[in-house]
Amino acid sequence: MVRCFLIHTVCPVSALSAGESRVLYSRVFGPDESVLTEQQRELSPEERRLLHKEKISVVAQVRSAIFLSREASSQLLVETVLGEEAVAMQDADSGVVHLRVGDPFTAEMSALWLGVQSLGFTLVCEPHENLLLAEGTLRNLTRHCLENLHMLGQGSEQVLLKSNRIDVLLSRLLSHGQLLFLNHRFTQILEKEASAYTAK
Amino acid sequence: MYSHGSESLIKQAREIQEPELQKFYSRLVKLLQVKELKATLALHIMDDKHDSLVSFKQSGDPLPIAELDGSVSGDFFTVLCVGQGFTEDQWMNVYSFSMLRHWLLSYDTVSSSSTVVDTDDRSEVEGSVVSMVSATSSSSRLLPPKERLREKAFQYCQRLIEQCDRKAQKKADTELQKACLVEAVCILDCVCVQDPSMVFRAFPCVKALFGRLSSDLSFARVLVPITQFYLNHGELAAVDCGSVWKLVFGQFPAELFNDPFLTHELLRFLRLNLESVKLRAPEFIRFFPNILKFLAWNSPAVVEDFVDLLPSLVTAGTAVELLHSLLDLPCLSATLVLQLRSSCLPLSDPGGRGLLSLDAFRNPSFRGFFLFLLRTESGDTMDRLNTLHELLAEAADWPRVVQCSQAVPVLLHVYFNTVITVKRDNPFFTDLLLGPQVRLNTSSSAERLTFTLTRLSRCYRVFSCHLLRFCKLRPSLVVDQSRELLEFAGTTANVYRKEEVYTHVVWLLGEYLSASTDSRCSVSLITSCFEALEAVLFEITSSAPPPGTVCPAPRVITSLMSALAKLASRSHDLIPRVSLFLSKLRTISRSGSVPWCDDEEDLVAIVTRGEELWALLKAPSVAQSVLTPPPYVMTPRWHRDINLAMPLQLRVLTNGLLPS
Repeated sequence: MVRCFLIHTVCPVSALSAGESRVLYSRVFGPDESVLTEQQRELSPEERRLLHKEKISVVAQVRSAIFLSREASSQLLVETVLGEEAVAMQDADSGVVHLRVGDPFTAEMSALWLGVQSLGFTLVCEPHENLLLAEGTLRNLTRHCLENLHMLGQGSEQVLLKSNRIDVLLSRLLSHGQLLFLNHRFTQILEKEASAYTAK
Repeated sequence: MYSHGSESLIKQAREIQEPELQKFYSRLVKLLQVKELKATLALHIMDDKHDSLVSFKQSGDPLPIAELDGSVSGDFFTVLCVGQGFTEDQWMNVYSFSMLRHWLLSYDTVSSSSTVVDTDDRSEVEGSVVSMVSATSSSSRLLPPKERLREKAFQYCQRLIEQCDRKAQKKADTELQKACLVEAVCILDCVCVQDPSMVFRAFPCVKALFGRLSSDLSFARVLVPITQFYLNHGELAAVDCGSVWKLVFGQFPAELFNDPFLTHELLRFLRLNLESVKLRAPEFIRFFPNILKFLAWNSPAVVEDFVDLLPSLVTAGTAVELLHSLLDLPCLSATLVLQLRSSCLPLSDPGGRGLLSLDAFRNPSFRGFFLFLLRTESGDTMDRLNTLHELLAEAADWPRVVQCSQAVPVLLHVYFNTVITVKRDNPFFTDLLLGPQVRLNTSSSAERLTFTLTRLSRCYRVFSCHLLRFCKLRPSLVVDQSRELLEFAGTTANVYRKEEVYTHVVWLLGEYLSASTDSRCSVSLITSCFEALEAVLFEITSSAPPPGTVCPAPRVITSLMSALAKLASRSHDLIPRVSLFLSKLRTISRSGSVPWCDDEEDLVAIVTRGEELWALLKAPSVAQSVLTPPPYVMTPRWHRDINLAMPLQLRVLTNGLLPS
């Protein structure tokens, strides 16, 4: 099962100071861990919110993984603009981070990431999950986000305003965080449904 | 609403009772077997309190379906079937298969002893997780639901594997086929773990798959679950797994070290199955130079995995070579970069020009060096590594190499910790001590080896820390290795450049070079050691430090003085020489500043230590028992026996020797 899907910045963006990063979208799936563990059941809503937020700190690990991977491969980022999504997807680098128990999830997790320009797309899933399928799903989601929300170039803030579109996309392609074996026909139908919603 | 609903669903799922579960299994079986459903089907995944999560009210006749290559499908529906539109049960088939492994894993622990046969398939169960009305026929009807689910899962996976043979028309579907192969093999494995009698039916299929995919590296990630299958069931089915291990440990790391996903999956496989792999495929240890390639290429991402894995790679046979491999890791990293560049760039490419190391890599006369680093199996050793380090000198600031060399000290720590706990009595112990020492002595190669001075000092810190632990465990090692240690301690340059490890070595010599530790320790050995240290101490306290270095640390000077005093207390002829030096020191310091120490307080501390030692050496027999206490004094008993050794000696010292 996928535990969360995140979109975040990975390298200096004009609006942010160097070293700062911003989570543009986050969606946590499945039951709140605090509901399941005895000791956390007593927590106040505010404390739970903080615990929840702590999960998002996984971004820091992914960000440094992307940074290190880009540094190691010494590749120069080629700036792409709107309309060049396919090129950007092709140049995207990807990898996986092994999250140990308690860091920050209570169980071991695998965080798959895709770095497109200054953006990072991350899928945190249970380690026994089918990573080939997860990778395919992440690529598919990323492509949709880039194309529908015009995220390349200066437009990445759009995602903040149109997060409901991603919600709809996720509810179809990654329902309840369940990775689905969708062949191209199934995908087409679901995508059509999602775009029908956004057109409304 | 969704998350609230699924939360409650999962809570319920944890509390599902066995009979309900059995019913759920039988429904899952039907969903996986859509072709046989002819009648109208209405499905509700219902939660009794919340809104319906997925709800299909009606259904038409099944539409014609096709395989991914366009041919008409002749068997039951799977996720690899396409059509113009899909019926609800076909959608449910997709969802069911997507969740199938999760179910098999989650309820692996639920006992299957209950043999309730689901007699009433048509009933609607109020409040259950899934409720549906259906009409169906099932070939394996007589089995209990859980076994039937396994049986159905087995058939489904076999069909999927067959379907993956077809050439998909869309690229996206080709990717899906690979994912399906992974899933199918995982499910087969899961089913076989739960019901070993399935192994004999599943193995031919998995074996054929291995035969088909093993020659195509683009299917490497599918071969990881296949390896897991061989590991879990190869023994039961009496299948020879040698070719599988050879492919996975021999070929994959060598050719696919730069695939981050394969690296992750393979290392995870090793981590989770370590005991089993050691038992059934002990030859994997032989491939450690190969497995280290993952680390050399992408050290930040996998260093944690290797912290877990490394202890298993340390055996009597591999320890020495493994140590050298760890030290050579940055060289391996540079070589892998060169290997990729050399295969990507044509000879005439301007990008590769100007790289001396790339030219060297392509030069047949140096081929042997690089082949040695890139070896897949252990067993080789190599002299003349200096040449190799010179060839790779320019790689020192390549980012990948820098990242890799940062991981080395951590792994050395893990390595030495393992060696010290596991292999206390092995004969190779001596070689291990020798290894770092040899590296330390040939300083120029050591520096190129770990590339920059900062990290080099971190490596030295690890060495010195473990050197102490080794020698505390086996004090006689100091005598064994006295020649190397003396050579190191007698080199004045080491005082300035390798201060930390130098201090430790001096302490070791002073502490353990005594006849009570090892009977082989002769007077002449003590004397030669004394002379070597004396020369160094004299040199550093008689002149300013060489240009470009700072003053020697006070700790180095005091350790040298203590070591000399200790050695002199064991060979009384040497006492006048130390005393002479110590008294000179006192005279010098009276005159004010000295060129070798720029801090007033440090100088006072050094002189005080000198005076203490001088006073102590005036009574040689007391000096010996204080500086080289017999073992029984070292055991913490003397606080109870007030008439014994230490307190007595201290009283003698304070009353008789130090003038009040």
